[in-house]
Amino acid sequence: MSTTQPHLASHFNSPQQQFDSGKLGIWLFLTTEILLFSGLFCAYAVYRSNHPDIFAFAHQYLNKWLGALNTLILISSSFTMAWSVRAAQLNQKNLCTTLLAITILCGSAFLSVKYIEYKNKWQEHLLPGPRYNPRELPPAEAEALDDQSRDRKGATWEGGAASTLPHGRSLTVAALIPPTETFRAPIGPAGLNPAWVDNDRSSRFSMSWLAPTPSLEPEPNNTHIFFGIYFLMTGLHAIHVLVGISLITWLLLRTTRGDFSPQYFAPIDFTALYWHIVDLIWIFLFPLLYLIGNT
Amino acid sequence: MTTANYLTHPRGIRSWLLTLDHKRIGIMYLVSTLAAFSLGGLFAMIVRTQLLSPNGAIFTVAKDYDHYNQMFTLHGAIMIFLVLIPGVPGALGNFVLPLMLGARDVAFPRLNLFSYYLYVSGALIVILSIILGAVDTGWTFYTPYSSDPDIGSRDAVSLMVFGIFILGFSSILTGMNFIVTIHKLRPSPPNGMTWFRMPLFLWSLYATAVIQILATPILGITLLLLIMERTLHVGIFSPRFGGDPILFQHFFWFYSHPAVYIMILPAMGIMSEVIPTFSRKPIFGYHFVAISSLAIAIIGFLVWGHHMFPNGQSTLLSTIFSFLTMCVAIPSAIKVWNWLATMYKGSISLKTPMCYALAFLFLFTLGGLSGIYLGSLSLNVHVHDTYFVVAHFHFVMFGGTLMGFLSGLHYWWPKMTGKLYNENPARLACALIFLGFNTTFLPQFLLGSHGMPRRSATYLPEFAPYHILSSLGAGIQLLGFILAAAVLIHSLFRGRQSPPNPWGAATLEWSCPSPPPHDNFSTPPLVGDPYDHANLVWISDQEGYRRSQEPEARSQKSQT
Repeated sequence: MSTTQPHLASHFNSPQQQFDSGKLGIWLFLTTEILLFSGLFCAYAVYRSNHPDIFAFAHQYLNKWLGALNTLILISSSFTMAWSVRAAQLNQKNLCTTLLAITILCGSAFLSVKYIEYKNKWQEHLLPGPRYNPRELPPAEAEALDDQSRDRKGATWEGGAASTLPHGRSLTVAALIPPTETFRAPIGPAGLNPAWVDNDRSSRFSMSWLAPTPSLEPEPNNTHIFFGIYFLMTGLHAIHVLVGISLITWLLLRTTRGDFSPQYFAPIDFTALYWHIVDLIWIFLFPLLYLIGNT
Repeated sequence: MTTANYLTHPRGIRSWLLTLDHKRIGIMYLVSTLAAFSLGGLFAMIVRTQLLSPNGAIFTVAKDYDHYNQMFTLHGAIMIFLVLIPGVPGALGNFVLPLMLGARDVAFPRLNLFSYYLYVSGALIVILSIILGAVDTGWTFYTPYSSDPDIGSRDAVSLMVFGIFILGFSSILTGMNFIVTIHKLRPSPPNGMTWFRMPLFLWSLYATAVIQILATPILGITLLLLIMERTLHVGIFSPRFGGDPILFQHFFWFYSHPAVYIMILPAMGIMSEVIPTFSRKPIFGYHFVAISSLAIAIIGFLVWGHHMFPNGQSTLLSTIFSFLTMCVAIPSAIKVWNWLATMYKGSISLKTPMCYALAFLFLFTLGGLSGIYLGSLSLNVHVHDTYFVVAHFHFVMFGGTLMGFLSGLHYWWPKMTGKLYNENPARLACALIFLGFNTTFLPQFLLGSHGMPRRSATYLPEFAPYHILSSLGAGIQLLGFILAAAVLIHSLFRGRQSPPNPWGAATLEWSCPSPPPHDNFSTPPLVGDPYDHANLVWISDQEGYRRSQEPEARSQKSQT
C-alpha cells in the first residue's frame, strides 16, 4: 500500500479519508484564527463605540492610499494562490511554481509597504502608550521653540503645543529620537502652515505624503489607544502574513521537487485556505482602521 | 504476555520521546499532569498550613503576606492550567479515544506530539516564572493588578501569562485532533461506529473539544493583550493608560467560564462509562446524556457574566446571565439523574472506579447545587469573593473533575499498564480522599456564608475552628493521595497481569489485549452497543470477561 500511496499515513484507510481529515482540521484551525482576531475586533468595537472621537481623529494619520495598495496586493495574491491550487490539480507544475512565486512576491510587497508605514509611525512617534507623541520636534527645533511655543499657544489648531503633550512628557526628553525631516508629519508647533500642507501635492516624491494631516479639530484624550489597537491588529496580521510566506516558500520547494500531483495536493489546498483567511482579515482591517468617517 | 504491546514496541527512550502513538502520548501526558498535580498540591498544603492560625502559621508578618498570595496563585494556576484542563483529555482522552472509536490513531499524530511538547514548554515556562519571581495576582490575572508593573513585584506575570498562552495552543490542538478523529476516523458502516453507537465518553470529549476550539483562542488573545499592556502600555486593559479593566474580566471569563466545562465534561464522560459498567446495566437515557454534553458546551458560553455581578454590570445584563446560569444546571441535572437511574436496580459492584464515581456523584451534586446559590443575584452579592465560592468550585473542580479523573485512572489503569492493582487499599485511599475532601471544604461553605473573604493570609479568631478543621481535612487528603499513588505504583511492579476485559465493559477498548498492541486493532473491530453487557460472561480462570457471542473469535485472534 505504501508503494502505491506514498503520502498516505498508515492510520488512514484511503487518501480520500486523509484529505477529508486534513480539510476539516484546517477549517477548525481557521476558526480558531478568526476567534483569535475576534478579541482584537471586540476591543476595537468597544473603544470605537465608547470613543468615536479618538478614532475619527487618529485615523487621519494613516495613509489610506497605502492601505488601498496593500488591499489590492493581497487580493491579487489570493487570486494567484487559488489558481496555484487549480494548477496543482491539473498537474501544471511550471504554472503552479510561477503562481506560488508571485504569491510570495505579493506577500513580500505587502510587508514592505507595511514596513514603510510602520517606519513612518515610528519616526512620527505615533506609537502606543506613553511613547505616543506625534507633535515632537528635532532637538534643535525643540530647543528653539521651547520659548516660542508658549506664545503660539492657541494660534494654531493644536491648541497648545508642548504643555499638552500626553502624559506630561517634556519636549527635550521626548525628542531623544529625532525624526527625519522628510518623514515628519507636516504639522505641529514648528510653525508649518496647515494650508501649505493641504495644497501641496508636489511633495509626494519627498515622501511627506506618507503622513497625512489631521484636520483642524482638537485632539481627544488617549489618542494613543487607537495606535495601540492599530499596531496590535496589523502587527498580528503581519505575523500571519510572514507565516504564510514561509509556508508558501515550503510549498514552492516541494513543487519544484515534484511532490504534488492531481492525487496529492492537500498541502497547497490547505495553505491556500489559510492565505485566504489572512487576506480576509485584512479586508476587514483596511476599512475599520483606514476608512473611518469624520462625522 | 509475550507479544509486543505498545509499551515495548519499539523500546528505548528515543522511541518514547519521538513517538506518534496516541497511547504513549497519553501516558506522557499522564506522567506530566500527575507531576504538576503534586506541585499544585504542595502549594495547597502550604496555603492550608498557613491558615492553621488566625495570624498565619508560616507567613506571620505583614510583609510576608505577599508570599501567601503567591502560594494560592500558583496553586490555582497550576491546578487549572496544568492539571484540570489537560488532565482528562490529554492523558485519558488521548489514550482511550482512538481505542473506543476503533481507530488506529488520532487523525493527526504529529500534531498530537507537538501539542504535548507545547504543553511541556508552557509548563516549564510557568515553573520558570515561579523561580524568577512568583506571581501573586491570583490565577485570574485581573487588571490593573496584573497590568501595572509598579504595584508590587509582578515581573513574572508576563512570563507566566506567556506560558499559559502556549498551554492554550496545546489545548486547541488536542481539541482539533479529537474533533477530526471523531468525525473522520470512525470505522465505516455496515458494522461501523455511528454517532449514536459512540460511547458517551467520546460524546463528552467531543463537546469538550468544541469548547477548547471556540473558547481558548479568546484566552490566547486576552493574555497576549495583557503582555502587550505590560510591555507597550497599549491602553486596552490598564486604566492608567485609558484602558478598561472590566473589559479584561469580560475577555477572561469568556474563556474561563467555558473552561470549567472543559474541565468537568470529560469527567462526566468517565461517569457515563464507569457507572453502567459497574451497575451491569445499559446507561439510562443514552441520547439525553449525549446531547446534554453538547447543551452544556453551548449554554456554557453564555454565562460568563455571573463572575461579575458586583462589578458594575448593568442589572439587565446580570439578570440575563443569572437566568442562563440556572439554565446550564438543567443538562447537568439530566446527567446526574440518568446516572442514578442507571444504578437503580442494577447489580452494583463497588470496585475502586465505582467508589470514585459515587464520590463524584455526591460531591458534584453538592457543588452544582451551591452553583445555583451563586448564580442567584442577591445571594451572590452576599457571598461574592468569600470562601463560599472557594468551596463551590473545589466541590465541582476537585470533587467533580478530579474524582472523575481518579475514577477513570483506576478504570483504565489495567488497560494502560496491563496490571491489576489491589482493590482494598485503593478503596481505602478513595475513602480517605472523600473523607478528607469533605472535612476540608464543607467548613468552607460555613466560613463563606459567615463572611470570611477568600485570598486572605489572616482571619478573625472566630473563624479559627473552621479553618483548623479544613486544614486537618487537607492532611487526610494528602494521606489518601499518597496511598492511592502507592497502590498504583505497587501494581506496576507486583500487580497481576490484567485480562483484556477485567470489568466486563462493552466498549471497544476492552476488546483488544491489555496493554493494547502498537496499532490497536489489526482488523477493524465489530461495533456493537457500547452498553450491552448481556453477552459478556465471566471467565473465572482468566479473571476477566469475554463475549459469549460471535465477536469472540475476533478477540481471540487479536490476542494470539
